[in-house]
Amino acid sequence: MPLSTQSEAGDDQYVLVASLDNAKNLSNILKAITFKDHALFNATANGLKVTVEDSKCLQANAFIQAEIFQEFTIQEDSVSFQVNLTVLLDCLTIFGGSTVPGVTTALRMCYKGYGFPLTLFLEEGGVVTVCKINTQEPEDPIDFEFCSTNVTNKVILQSDSLKEAFSELDMTSEILQITMSPSQPYFRLSTFGNAGNAHYDYPKDSDMMELFQCTKTQTNRYKMSLLKPSTKALALSCKVSVRTDNRGFLSLQYLVRNDDGQICFVEYYCCPDEEVEEE
Amino acid sequence: MMHVSTERQRASATFQKFSQWLRESEARNGGFWGYSEVWYYGKQNNGTAIDLQTEIQSDAPHTTCEDRTSHKMDCMVTGGNVKVLAKAIHSLSRIGEELYLEPQEDGLALRTVNSSRSAYACFLFAPLFFQKYVPGRNPTFRCKMAVKCVQAVFRSLSSLEKTVERCHIELNVEKSRLTFTLHCKHGLLKTHNLSFQDSESLQAVFDKDSCPNILQAQPRLLVDTVLHFPPSLEEVSVSVSGERVWFRNHVEEEAERSRAMLTELCISAEEFEQFAVSAPTRITFCLKEMRGLLMFAESSGLPVSLYFDEPGRPVVLSLTDSVLEVNFVLATLSEESHPQNHDNTNTDRRARPPPPPDDFMNDDMDFLIAMETTELAAGGSGCSPPQAQDAGMSQLRTRAASEGEEEEEDREEEAEDTGRPPNKKFRSLFFGSVLPTSSQATNQTLRSQDVLASDSEDEDPESS
Repeated sequence: MPLSTQSEAGDDQYVLVASLDNAKNLSNILKAITFKDHALFNATANGLKVTVEDSKCLQANAFIQAEIFQEFTIQEDSVSFQVNLTVLLDCLTIFGGSTVPGVTTALRMCYKGYGFPLTLFLEEGGVVTVCKINTQEPEDPIDFEFCSTNVTNKVILQSDSLKEAFSELDMTSEILQITMSPSQPYFRLSTFGNAGNAHYDYPKDSDMMELFQCTKTQTNRYKMSLLKPSTKALALSCKVSVRTDNRGFLSLQYLVRNDDGQICFVEYYCCPDEEVEEE
Repeated sequence: MMHVSTERQRASATFQKFSQWLRESEARNGGFWGYSEVWYYGKQNNGTAIDLQTEIQSDAPHTTCEDRTSHKMDCMVTGGNVKVLAKAIHSLSRIGEELYLEPQEDGLALRTVNSSRSAYACFLFAPLFFQKYVPGRNPTFRCKMAVKCVQAVFRSLSSLEKTVERCHIELNVEKSRLTFTLHCKHGLLKTHNLSFQDSESLQAVFDKDSCPNILQAQPRLLVDTVLHFPPSLEEVSVSVSGERVWFRNHVEEEAERSRAMLTELCISAEEFEQFAVSAPTRITFCLKEMRGLLMFAESSGLPVSLYFDEPGRPVVLSLTDSVLEVNFVLATLSEESHPQNHDNTNTDRRARPPPPPDDFMNDDMDFLIAMETTELAAGGSGCSPPQAQDAGMSQLRTRAASEGEEEEEDREEEAEDTGRPPNKKFRSLFFGSVLPTSSQATNQTLRSQDVLASDSEDEDPESS
C-alpha cells in the first residue's frame, strides 16, 4: 500500500497516528455531532473522543475506540487539539464519498504535536491526497457533572421507535418536554406548538423498550433547537439510552454500528430549559 | 423470549460499561469494546390490514342510538381505514387551508373549499367506516381547523399502514379540543390535541344527478392521462363527443399563441366504465384539485365519476363506496373564456367540433357552484347571519347570503340581478345562509336547485 511506505520513515515524530481502511467509518460518526464548526479532539490509548459544544448548554461527544482503527499509536497519555470540524469533514470526503461497493477511501491521520497541523493522507483508487488542517488551541470542554450515581431515570430504546417520533415532532414547538415516570405515562415526549399539543407515550413493557429504570416522576423541558442536532446521531444509531439526573440534565447515548459492524458511541448532554411543575 | 431478555440485559450492561468508561477513563479492552453481536428481533406480525369495507361489529349499527347522550363525538378507525382517512386529509390539504369537520348522523363529513372558492371537496365517511361512531349529542355541532394541523397527525403516509393499529378521534366541545389518538405498534401511543374554531356548515349546492354527461373510469386511466401534463399546468380542458374524450391543456387567452405548447390526449369511450354524453361539450377546470382527488382515488381503487353540464356549470368528480362518498365540485370556465381559435383548430382537424351551447353564451357568470353556509339553530329559531364573525367565510358574503333565510326561488332571482362579476376567471361561490331544517342531515346534495349567484369582492366586508 503506497500510504504506509510513503510516510513510514517519519512516523516517530508523530505523537498520534491513526489509520482507517474506510474513512467513512470516521466521517459518518463525526457528522452525527456536526452542529458547530469547532471540535475538540482528545486521543488516549482507548481511542478518540471528539467533542462539540453549543451555547454552554449542549455538548456532543463521539467516541471512536482504538479498535476501530487499523492502526492507532499514541506516544503520550493524552493528546488534545482543536480543529474546524467542517473542514475536516470536507477533507475526509474529498473523493466524493463514493457509494460504489468495494471502493473506499483509506485514511491515515497524523499529528506531530502542539502547534502542528493535523495531517491527513487520503487514498482512493491509487490517488493520494494530503490535507493539512491547522489546529487550534484546545479549550477545556464543559463538565456537565453528569454522574451515573445521580441518574434518577433511565430508559434504553430501540432507535427506530424514537426516529419515528423525532421525524414527526412538531417543530413549531420551542421545547421538547420529556416525562419519565415509574407510573403512567412512563416515558413521554411532548410538544406544544401552534397546532396544539402532541404527546408520544412509550409504555414500559413495549418491545422497543430495552430497559426501563425510572425511580421518580420527572418532567423536564429542553430547547428543541438544542436537541435538533441529536437527530443526526439518532438516525445513525440502533439503540439509544435516555437518562436524566436529579438536576434534570439530559444524557442521550447512541449506539452506532458502522459499515463494518463495529460499535461506536455518540453522546449528547443537554441542560433543561426551565423548571416545570409536575402535572 | 429468553433471547430477547438476555439481549436487553446485555444492552443495558453495554451502556453501563460505556458510561463507566466515559467517566473513569478506564482502559477496558473486553466489555463493550468487543461488542459485536448481531442484534436481531423477530419481526412483529402485522395486523391484517382491513380494507375499505370495514369489518363490522354486530352491534355497530346501534351504537349511534345508544350513545345519544354523549357530549362528545367519539369514533374509532382501525386497520387500513386509518390510511384511507389519512389519504383523505392529505387530499383535502391540496385544495383548501381549512378543514371543516362535521359529525353527522349519517357519518363524519370532512370538507374544504379553496381560497378562491372555485373548488369544494367533501368526504363523507359512513358510520360503518368506523369501528365505533358516536356523533355526539349535539347534531348541529361543526368546527374547522387548519388542515395542516390535522395533516401533521398523519404525517408519514408510508409508515402509517405499518405502524398505526387504530386511530381514535374524540371531539370534546367543552374543552374545545379535538383529540387524535394513534395506537401504534409496540404500544406506542401518539396523542395530538388540536384546537378548533366553531364554524358554520360548509356545503356546496350541486346536483350531480341532473348532469347530462357522466363519465366513469378507473382511477388509473385518469391518472395516466393527467400524468402527461406538466405540474405547472393550471387548467385542463375536457371535450366529449359521442364516442371520445379529449384532454388538453388550457392555454390562457393572453398567452402568446406561437409559444404555447399544446398537449392533447384522446381517449375512446370504450376505456370508460360508463360513458353517457348527451351533447358534445367542452369544459375547462383546475387540474390541481383533480390531481388531489386522483391521488386518493388511486390509493382506494375506486372508480372516478365525472358529472358535468355546460361550460360554466360546475363539474363534480365523485367516488362512491358503501362506507364512503367523495365529491369534489370544481368550477369550470364559461364558454366565452375559451380561446376560440385554439378550440377550432383542434377540433376541426378531427371534424368533431363540440358545438358550443349558445344558450349559455350570454351568461354573465363565469361559473357557478352554489354553496350554503348553514347556521344550525337547533330548534329552527331565528339565527343570526352566521358568517360575519368568521373570517374564512367573510369573503363569501353575497347579497343573497345576507338574506339567507329567504326561499330559494328568491335567491335565484337575487342571482339574476347581481351585477357584473369580478374580473377573474373562476369566481367565488355563492354561499347562502339557510335554515337547516331540511338540509342538516344531508351531506352534499341539498335538494335545492343550483342557485346561481355571483359573488362580488367589493361587497366583502372584512376580508382578512
